[in-house]
Amino acid sequence: MRRRRSVTLTVLTGVMLVYSLIPLVWLLINSTKTQAGLFDSFGLWFHGDFALFGNIADTLTYDGGIFLRWLGNTLLYVLVGAGGATFLAVLGGYGLAKFDFPGKRAVFAVVIGAVAVPGTALAVPTFLMFSRMGLTNTPWSVIIPSLVTPFGLYLMWTFAAEAIPDELLEAARVDGASELGTFFRICLPLLAPGIVTVLLFSMVATWNNYFLPLIMLKDPDWYPLTVGLNSWNEQAETAGGEPVFNLIITGSLLTILPLLAAFLLLQRYWQSGLAAGSVKQ
Amino acid sequence: MRRRPLRLAALATAALVALAACGSGDDDSDGGASGGGSTVTDADVQAALDKGGNLKVWAWEPTLKEVVTKFQQKYPNVKVELVNAGTGNDQYTALQNAIAAGSGVPDVAQIEYYALPQFALAKSVDDLKAYGAESLNGTFTPGPWASVSPAGGIYGIPMDSGPMALFYNKEVFDKHSIKVPTTWAEYLDAARKLHQADPKAYITSDTGDAGFTTSLIWQAGGKPYKVDGTNVTIDFTDAGSKEFVSTWQQLINEKLLAPISGWSDQWYQGLGNGTIATLATGAWMPANFVTGVPGASGKWRVAPMPQWQAGGNASAENGGSSLAMPVKGGNKELAYGFIKYANAGEGVQIRLDGGAFPATTAELKSEKFLGTEFPYFGGQKANEIFAKSAEQVVSGWSYLPFQVYANSVFNDTVGKAYVSGTTLQDGLNSWQQTCAKYGTDQGFSVK
Repeated sequence: MRRRRSVTLTVLTGVMLVYSLIPLVWLLINSTKTQAGLFDSFGLWFHGDFALFGNIADTLTYDGGIFLRWLGNTLLYVLVGAGGATFLAVLGGYGLAKFDFPGKRAVFAVVIGAVAVPGTALAVPTFLMFSRMGLTNTPWSVIIPSLVTPFGLYLMWTFAAEAIPDELLEAARVDGASELGTFFRICLPLLAPGIVTVLLFSMVATWNNYFLPLIMLKDPDWYPLTVGLNSWNEQAETAGGEPVFNLIITGSLLTILPLLAAFLLLQRYWQSGLAAGSVKQ
Repeated sequence: MRRRPLRLAALATAALVALAACGSGDDDSDGGASGGGSTVTDADVQAALDKGGNLKVWAWEPTLKEVVTKFQQKYPNVKVELVNAGTGNDQYTALQNAIAAGSGVPDVAQIEYYALPQFALAKSVDDLKAYGAESLNGTFTPGPWASVSPAGGIYGIPMDSGPMALFYNKEVFDKHSIKVPTTWAEYLDAARKLHQADPKAYITSDTGDAGFTTSLIWQAGGKPYKVDGTNVTIDFTDAGSKEFVSTWQQLINEKLLAPISGWSDQWYQGLGNGTIATLATGAWMPANFVTGVPGASGKWRVAPMPQWQAGGNASAENGGSSLAMPVKGGNKELAYGFIKYANAGEGVQIRLDGGAFPATTAELKSEKFLGTEFPYFGGQKANEIFAKSAEQVVSGWSYLPFQVYANSVFNDTVGKAYVSGTTLQDGLNSWQQTCAKYGTDQGFSVK
């Protein structure tokens, strides 16, 4: 079967491609420039000096190597926060999809409602609550809120409902498997594409999280990369502070690399995850 | 020491400052030494320094790092934790939050002069008279000293100061054979001549900056803010304000100001490539020139501030900050010992070597300081101009007891004059109304 070609669609897709690639290209090009080079060269082309490796070295060592500490923090928040969020979403989603209990419809309404509330809107109330509990300025203040992803829960719920046939569970129960055993040995592998999807979503959300750590954390030693890079940016606005625009740009490039890698590696899983449940078998 | 437009974080500031203000009112604060009226003597402070302990300092001023290192060498029992909890507004938000929450309050905090009255009036910072701070009176120049003494107390010790001067790009001025302006009227002419000669070049950049505007009104002799306890008057129709408005409105009308916000990357670029030809700002600016605009070294010079009246010699302060002790912080004697070391003791020279501008009279008068040649300014002895400006700061200025809030809404009100048909005077009037309303809501009686 030959597919029809549409010139308009090809052009539109081309425009979108350029639109989404330009910031990346800009970032790549400008991380090769020195601070002075940034100011007196065209933004989308190279400057005479190629300073990429110098910039990377400076970024990693500037201010006592604090960038590496921030990278470590971000990894911690992603591993514990996004990992934990995925784990909870899988357990909850599976339970809600495959078990009946009173008040299930109410839970559904709450979850759907929660999906609609942006995390930024909750940041200030969360701050006030956490400060009463004495948790602000600790890693917990970033990790605990990241554990809650109504969207992830909802996604796992619908995915589990579609991906695991009830007959399979019946069969397992008849054969005398425990509920936990059934979940871990039979259902978990079936849920893999959904898990990867939720994991990717929460990873991106946690990796890019800015506002919550900004108001929760005051100790630079606990900053994630986003807040840390912004604090470098603010240096330029201080009397006596040193503008380090070249390091901020190089730092941003280094910051997106792990996310890019995660996307490329997990791509095929998450594509099939997205399509799950879209067609009735 | 830094002004910038409203940002995302300021959104939270408004909400949280309001909450914090409510919170701090009903908590019983343990005022430590200042509470019982007893005084702490120098011997007590010295004993605390020898005994040692932990001290948490919130500050973003970069030269303090070195001060902390030397301080710990001198007093090995003291462990100082220097935390950059954000710059300016961000730090004040954090501080208000910590005070409201009653936990995580630092023992020492950097607070800019414009923001200090807000913390002083809310009784969030200690009156340092209880520690004998009055004896430091002669140590500092009058401008900064007046800034730390709102409402009859002494709520911080001056760390630096920002007597204003005019920085100008000599290369650009020479190229178009423009004379360095000595009055603001000449400045306006220079702006016209420069922009006509080179349409890409502007006399300066301004998109509305609260700190700059208030400083220029201050220099013009305006006193829009009068504060007497909780009675506050705001009036932007006094002679000084009008003086500023009449000149600046012409610069706006004739599009003679570069539409570039201060401290942005574009701003640094403009200072480097000659599109921004002058900058009227505080004496702390040279350090920023050296690190931020290294390419323009040798092109810039310093001149005294242009005057509102020909032949006058008035100046004002722009920026500058103090170290204060939050009431809910601990280790009071130790904290005071550190502040004194950093701002009135050996720390002054350490910070001077790091590029800071002093607030202390002795340093401002020393031959070594005045004779310093700035390679960046073509070998000019710029400190002579700054020191003179420090002596000429117009007295009697005061900021609002809620200036942090006021500055955060500057761009929503006065800022309109820079981008729309609103006049500067209308902008100032609407700023006045917004601030008056906020002040009234906070329990001030505002006229």
